[in-house]
Amino acid sequence: MCATCGCSGSAILEDHDHDHDHGHDHEHGHGHGHPETRTVTLEQAVLARNDGLAELNRKWLAERGILAVNLMSSPGAGKTTLLVRTIRELGAELRVSVVEGDQETVLDADRIRATGAPAVQINTGSGCHLDAQMLAGGLQTLDPPDSSVVLIENVGNLVCPALFDLGEQARVVITSVTEGAEKPRKYPQMFRAADLVLLNKTDLLPYVDFDVDAFLDGTRRANPGVEVLQLSATTGDGIDGWYGWLRARLP
Amino acid sequence: MHEMAITQSVIQAVCDRMGDQPVQRICLEIGTLSGVVADSVRFCFDLVTAGTPLEGASLEIIQPTGKARCRDCGAEFELNDLLVLCKCGSANRELLAGEELKIREVEVLV
Ligand SMILES: Nc1nc2c(ncn2[C@@H]2O[C@H](COP(=O)(O)OP(=O)(O)OP(=O)(O)O)[C@@H](O)[C@H]2O)c(=O)[nH]1
Ligand SMILES: [Mg+2]
Ligand SMILES: [Zn+2]
Repeated sequence: MCATCGCSGSAILEDHDHDHDHGHDHEHGHGHGHPETRTVTLEQAVLARNDGLAELNRKWLAERGILAVNLMSSPGAGKTTLLVRTIRELGAELRVSVVEGDQETVLDADRIRATGAPAVQINTGSGCHLDAQMLAGGLQTLDPPDSSVVLIENVGNLVCPALFDLGEQARVVITSVTEGAEKPRKYPQMFRAADLVLLNKTDLLPYVDFDVDAFLDGTRRANPGVEVLQLSATTGDGIDGWYGWLRARLP
Repeated sequence: MHEMAITQSVIQAVCDRMGDQPVQRICLEIGTLSGVVADSVRFCFDLVTAGTPLEGASLEIIQPTGKARCRDCGAEFELNDLLVLCKCGSANRELLAGEELKIREVEVLV
């Protein structure tokens, strides 16, 4: 699975054991020498480098009047389906290009290109999120026209992408009704990071046990006041709310 | 989860500031609401620092707890997770502490 997450198992565990032993041996050594040391106060954000690159992206986009939106969700919540429909229905009105983040394959970028919109696929390999440097590379390749819209499909994951600023203007978190209503409670950091929450696959509500009120309550706790829109990317029900939100953010 | 990438960012940030001076000790601040699990950082620290100036460094992690001020009633309160409401029922709060994710200090060989 995902080496960046540390959840991929054997290779990492083996290496870890090895290194841990090493570190332990080393510690014993400390007792004797007491080398001269100096403490340096850094008070620096761990993600300072990413944040700096994100600011550069933000400036680059602003100079060109480009709206960049970062879409995040668990795998399969409907990001690509929503993008495809959005491009098909707003394509005449907006110039949309897409940055696709996936661990493997170019399948999603191919789905976007089938609509005629330009797309660039970034494969993060073992990485579980896009970062500002990857987006910078994606934007160079895409070379989106001034006053256009860049939609970024982040890697399907509700944890890691929340921490990495890309330099986007807005973050959209998508949950689908098949995932269970407790998602905001389980992943509050992600919902807290959202400028908009989309509840997708509402066409399936009659068939699944999904408590919309509990979902809204969890979302409000994690991110009071965030706008929540309910829609179905396949039937198009409620999708005008999303289009309205997007239009309102155009430069 | 993403603590591997976070730990790599720590090393990168330290090397950006300190060059290749060997680091003996590093102190991080990881707030309990930051979304980063301190134990997972500890878990991958030795692996990720191998072959870097931080190899063998001791790792200290300070974990500030969550504090918030209610925007509706002004009360200040502690919170262990982002779902806690103010006593007045409001979710509209300003976080004062708990989201820290920073490198406080390093100890290097002179
Ligand atoms: N019933 C229903 N199915 C949907 C809806 N939106 C997406 N789907 C289906 O859900 C599945 C996953 O959709 P994708 O658009 O590929 O989801 P994704 O978020 O891009 O997935 P990853 O890129 O793999 O993370 C597909 O089979 C879609 O047809 C919806 O509104 N209603
Ligand atoms: Mg997709
Ligand atoms: Zn209150």
